[in-house]
This record gives sequence, structure tokens and C-alpha cells, in this order.
Amino acid sequence: MSGATTDPRMNSRRPPSRGFELSWSDPRLRALVWQVVIIGGVAGLIWYLVSNTMTNLQVRRIATGFGFLDRVAGIPIGEHSIDYDPAVHSYGRAIWIGVLNTLRVSVVGIILSTILGTLVGIARLSKNWLLSRLAAVYVETIRDIPLLLQLFFWYAVVQGLPAPRASLHPVEGVFLSNRGIKVPLLEWQDAHSWALAAFVLGWIGTASWARMATRKQEATGIRPRVWPAGLALMIGFPVLVWAALGAPFTLEMPVLRGFNFVGGLTISPEYGALTLGLVLYTASYTAEIVRSGILSVATGQWEAAGALGLRPGSVMRLIVLPQALRVIIPPMTSTYLSLAKNSSLAVAIGYQDVVSIINTILNQTGQAVEGIAMIMLVYLTISVSISLFMNWYNARIALVER
Amino acid sequence: MSSTTIGASSATRTQPPLLVAGPVAWMRANLFNSWLSTAVTLALIYIIARSLIGFVDWAFINAVWTVPKSPQGVIDPSDCRNIKGVGACWAVIGDKWRFILFGRYPFDEQWRAGICIALFIGLFVVSAMRRFWRKELALIWIATLFVIGVLMWGGVLGLAFVPQDSWGGLPMTLILATFGLALAFPLAIFVALGRRATTLPAVRWLCIVYIELVRGVPLISVLFMASVMFPLFMPVGLNPDKLLRAQLGIILFGAAYLAEVIRGGLQALPKGQYEAADALGLTYWQKMRLIILPQALRMVIPPMVNNFIGSFKDTSLVLIIGIFDLLTAAKVALAEPVWQGYSTEVYLVLAVIYFVFCYSMSRYSRGLEAEFGRSVRR
Repeated sequence: MSGATTDPRMNSRRPPSRGFELSWSDPRLRALVWQVVIIGGVAGLIWYLVSNTMTNLQVRRIATGFGFLDRVAGIPIGEHSIDYDPAVHSYGRAIWIGVLNTLRVSVVGIILSTILGTLVGIARLSKNWLLSRLAAVYVETIRDIPLLLQLFFWYAVVQGLPAPRASLHPVEGVFLSNRGIKVPLLEWQDAHSWALAAFVLGWIGTASWARMATRKQEATGIRPRVWPAGLALMIGFPVLVWAALGAPFTLEMPVLRGFNFVGGLTISPEYGALTLGLVLYTASYTAEIVRSGILSVATGQWEAAGALGLRPGSVMRLIVLPQALRVIIPPMTSTYLSLAKNSSLAVAIGYQDVVSIINTILNQTGQAVEGIAMIMLVYLTISVSISLFMNWYNARIALVER
Repeated sequence: MSSTTIGASSATRTQPPLLVAGPVAWMRANLFNSWLSTAVTLALIYIIARSLIGFVDWAFINAVWTVPKSPQGVIDPSDCRNIKGVGACWAVIGDKWRFILFGRYPFDEQWRAGICIALFIGLFVVSAMRRFWRKELALIWIATLFVIGVLMWGGVLGLAFVPQDSWGGLPMTLILATFGLALAFPLAIFVALGRRATTLPAVRWLCIVYIELVRGVPLISVLFMASVMFPLFMPVGLNPDKLLRAQLGIILFGAAYLAEVIRGGLQALPKGQYEAADALGLTYWQKMRLIILPQALRMVIPPMVNNFIGSFKDTSLVLIIGIFDLLTAAKVALAEPVWQGYSTEVYLVLAVIYFVFCYSMSRYSRGLEAEFGRSVRR
């Protein structure tokens, strides 16, 4: 053993450095030549394609550049969250609306699919045989059917709803018809904004109270109760602010007038079908991730937590979940990414997301290169943002090793 | 000692009581072990029974299986109109199944497309069998894909020529997915190796940019690129076929994902394998061909199957650029005025077709994964 450490050959860790030789047996020369050949080949191919494209564009008299963004769009857009008039506003604004529509589907889809997926994942681990089998059947079936087919199915279901005059009316103010889902809308007033601000303040207050409680617990071993303070700060305080400002509460009810509804909030058939399809499809993946995450926590951890006298809820919250999250977060990131990318299937059922709008523009102007570059840029930006956020979150919950 | 022997022999004679180890005990433990569990079980039984009865009523009891057809070939769908919403109209499948399955492929030649489906399935089954996991498998793939090409195109051996524009349906879906995998595979190996080539930083960056760029954008954008940008890339006057362009897009897209899977295998291989190969004095390509890739690829077969399931489902996206695959054929069949409004029945049948393919592959991959996991742990 000790002989090995005194072996003189082990003292010099690197091979003796040699000068650069112009010989094929020198790995550095070989590496250099290979790189020059490969990069040169790829660059040549790209140059060939670009020059072909340039010639083709000239032959077909297609304009280049992004000048068309300022021209009047003239595309009717059904759903726009910012002001839009096809006769006035530009292509650039139309694309921006498309981006917002994509984000609207993606964000809502991510939130809802996480909730549903977590519930199904836990249900699949349930001791109740029927519940776990049902969750398994859901996961296995939904995963093995193409999302596009599911979207078509849901769109057909939504379109098969009765006309507005005969619409389904399950709860007061809610109407289901082939024009979409109508729900009452709260008339937003200043008091509501102030109440929202009060809620945010209360949230910050609760967080600092909880932090103080933790410090006290570390010092004395007794944890002051957090929930009464939280209740008062996050619920009581905003309600008080709202009441002090006159407690305004008026709902704008959807009313049937002529052939369609007026007022209220509309969830269009396209948006509804797309969100429903995406959420159900993605939740089946999320469920498997959550299940494997919880299973990855060793049984000993549950037992040890139980032996410490923690209640089942606390075992989950304090012991199991923090460990499971470390396994869950990385695959969850790629599920979110694929949801955002899958939202581009909107084009097939007529929801005007960024792909659908740019596709229309591309057909009008013929500027395919710019259009596709913009689609790719939008999705790369969304992908990178989700990755960065999830990596930040992952680093925050990562195991701090000594 | 003697007392335990007596106990054991008496235990073999008497059965355990039914309430400890019987169906009743099983139900107690798994369905009714607490108040909450009992409530959940009862609620679920109610919901399942309700929906099952509703489904059986719709799909079987109230369903219309055939509709009368006049000698001129005019279909009278009034039976289906009458039961709309109460019962299924399976007559749409009976009338349109050949179209949905084979698309616009000439009716008299559809047996050729049928044989192609059988060949594809045979190819998958052979590839799944362990005893064919050798170099000869590549030859089997090349030969089968060649035969499929001959059958689909025809023009030789007395078969009538069928242009690609008339292909469609399930063979098209299988062609896009399988050729996509077969041609993406070599590309993916090179890209995966390139991404791990630490001595070639420029090549490494090239591979990273390719993989991350493709993985960051949706397949639709790549397909749009294939359908509207590829014609611009080509020299003036040369316009490659639409199917070829879509296939190229699917290959380029699939290779990036496959490369990441293969990279996982390359990374999972113990470093000692690389060092041992170097110590034997093998060149880089000998090392990869003889030592590294056979082991690394074997390790990633389960994720590769999962990857293939994904691309099998993804081929349905070619509908958006107007390629006639299974889903497009179904949509076209539904656009016929007679059968408008019976989409549920058609979509259900399609879902079953896709499900059978994907579920059998995913069962296979999971079985393999469990087996590989066992051998690693041993």
C-alpha cells in the first residue's frame, strides 16, 4: 500500500508536455482537423441553403425583413386580451396578442394540470383499491392516445352542446352552449383593488410572522401559533378594508339577448376545449411524476416521522414532501415545457395562439422565413423562462449538503 | 421445538378463518378499511355503474349498426339521425373503415397497404424479441423497409404504380413513425457522441445548439418549416415531395430527443469501460463500435421505446400540414355530408387503434425496465 504512494511514476500526474507536431498521430492535430472539417461542412451547407433561399425569394418576388410588422393586419381575432381592431392595428400587435393567448393557455394549463395530476398521483397510491385502480386506468388510457385526437374530441363535445337558446344551465348565472361557457363577472371597483393590496400586505405579514415563530421555536422549543395571525392578516384585514370602502359587490350576469349572450365572462369553445384537453393529457404525466416522487421517499422516513409523534398531515408536509419534491421538480420542468409547446396544437382547432396567427400572416405575406423564426423565438423564450424559473426553484429546495 | 412442530402441522390442516384471509377480508382491507374509504368506495361504485350503464346503452343497446344503402350507392342515414344523442351510429365505421384505414390508396390495391401494416407489426414484434438483438437486426430492418417501399409504390413485379399523393391512413402513420425512427437513429448516435466529445469543443457546441434548439420549439414549427421553408432551401426548380419534407422534419426533430436518450446511456456506462477500451489501444471508432455503443444502447432500450411511443403519437400532427395520415383520413371521412356529426364514434375507434399500439409498446418497455433493473441490482 505504502509502496504505491512512493512509486515515482505516480508523482508526475501529467504526461510530459510535447511540442505541437505536424503528424497524424498527434491527437491535438487530429482534433483540430476534425473540427475544421465538420464545422466547415456545416457552414458550407448553411451557406448553400441561404444562397438558394435568397435566389428563390428573388425569383418569387417575396420581400424580406421585418418591415411587414408595422403594416395593418386585417386579420380578425376572436379573443384578444388587449385592444385590437383589424382595420387599424398592425401585424406586430396581432402577433403580440397571439403570444398573450399562448401564455393564457399555458399558465392556466400548468396550474390546473399540476393540481389534477397531484390529486391523481396521490389517488394512485391510495389504500383504497378501487380509487387507485381508477387513477391507474385514467393515467394509462390518456397517455396512449394522441393529444391532437383528444383535442378534436373535446372540441366536438363542446360544439355538440345545445345552441344558446336551449343552453344548459346548471347553476344560476352559468350557461353552457355551443358558443362557449358563460359565467358571471365581478364588476371590478377601487375597493377590490384596495382589498387585493391588503391581501398582499397580509401575506407578507404572515410570512414574517411565520419566520419569527420559527426563530422562537429554535430558541425555546415552543412554536407560537401561526394560523390565527395568518387568518386575521390574510382574510380579516382585506375583508375589513373592503367593508370600510362600502363593501361593493355587483355581479355582471350573462343575459340571453337574441341569438347570443350579453355580459358576463366568456370561455370560448376553442379555449375551453384546448385547456381541457391539455390539462387532462398533461395531468396523466404529472400524476406519474408525483407518484414516483412520493414512492422515492424511503418507508423508514414515514415510520421515523410517525415515531416522533407527528400527525399524518405534518408527516406529509414536513418530512415526505420536501424530500419528494427534489425528485419531482426536474421531470416536472420538462412536463411544463411540453405543455407550453403542446399548446401550439391550438392551430388545429382554431384557437388563435401565436402559431395560428403567424401562420395566417405567413400565408398573407409569404414571408415564411421571418414567420417561422418568430414562432421559434417565442417558444425558445418561453422554454428558457420556464427552465430558469424551475432551476431557481430546484436550487432553492435542493438538499444542502455539508 | 416439538411444540412448534405440532403447531405447524395443525396449521396445515385447518384453513384460516374466512374473515382473515378471504375475499371478505380483502374487501375489508382494501375497500372499507375506514369511514372515509367506505364513502369513497360507495361513491365510486355509484359513478362507475352509472357511466358504464350509460355507455353500454349508447354503444350497444341503442346503437345502429348498419343503414340501408340504395342500389345506386346512396346511403340513407335517417336511422342514425333518429337516435342521435341516445345511441351510437356504428354504420359510419362500417361504411368508412377502408377509407379511414387506407386513405385514398386505390381500392383494388389496398391489400398491399394491408400487408404493409402486417409487415410493420411483424417488424416491431421481431425487434422486441431478445434473440434478435444483434447486428443482423439492422439488416432485417433495412430489408423490411425496402419491401414496404416496393409494396407501397409498386411499379415493379407487375404491381401497379401508386404515387405518394395517394398514400394514406394507418400505413402512412406507421411509415412516418418507423422511417422517422430508423433514419433518426444513426443521426442521433453521431449527435450524442458529438455532444460528449470533450476534445472537440466546436463540434460539441454545434451538437448542443442543435439539440437544445430543436427541443425548445414545438414539432409544429418544425413541420411548418418543412412545409414552407424547405422549398425555399432547394435550388430553383427543384421541389421535393411534401411527404419527403414532412418525413425529413420528423427525422430532424426526433433525432434531437433520441440523442439525449442515447447520451443518457453513454453517461450511465461506468468510466472503467472507456478506460479499459483505451488501455487496449483501440481507436476512438473501434472503442465506440465494439465496447461502448453495444452496452450503452442496450441500456437505453426502454427509454427508446418510450421515445418511439411519443413520436408515434406525434405523427398525428402532420394533419396540420395536410399529410394524409390516420387522423387526417378520419377527419376527411367525417367531412362527408352524410356522416357529419358522428365524430364521437370515429374518434373512439381511432383512439382504440392508437391505444393498442402505444399500450402494448409501453407494457413491453416497462417489463424490460423491471428486468434490467433486477439485473443491475444483482
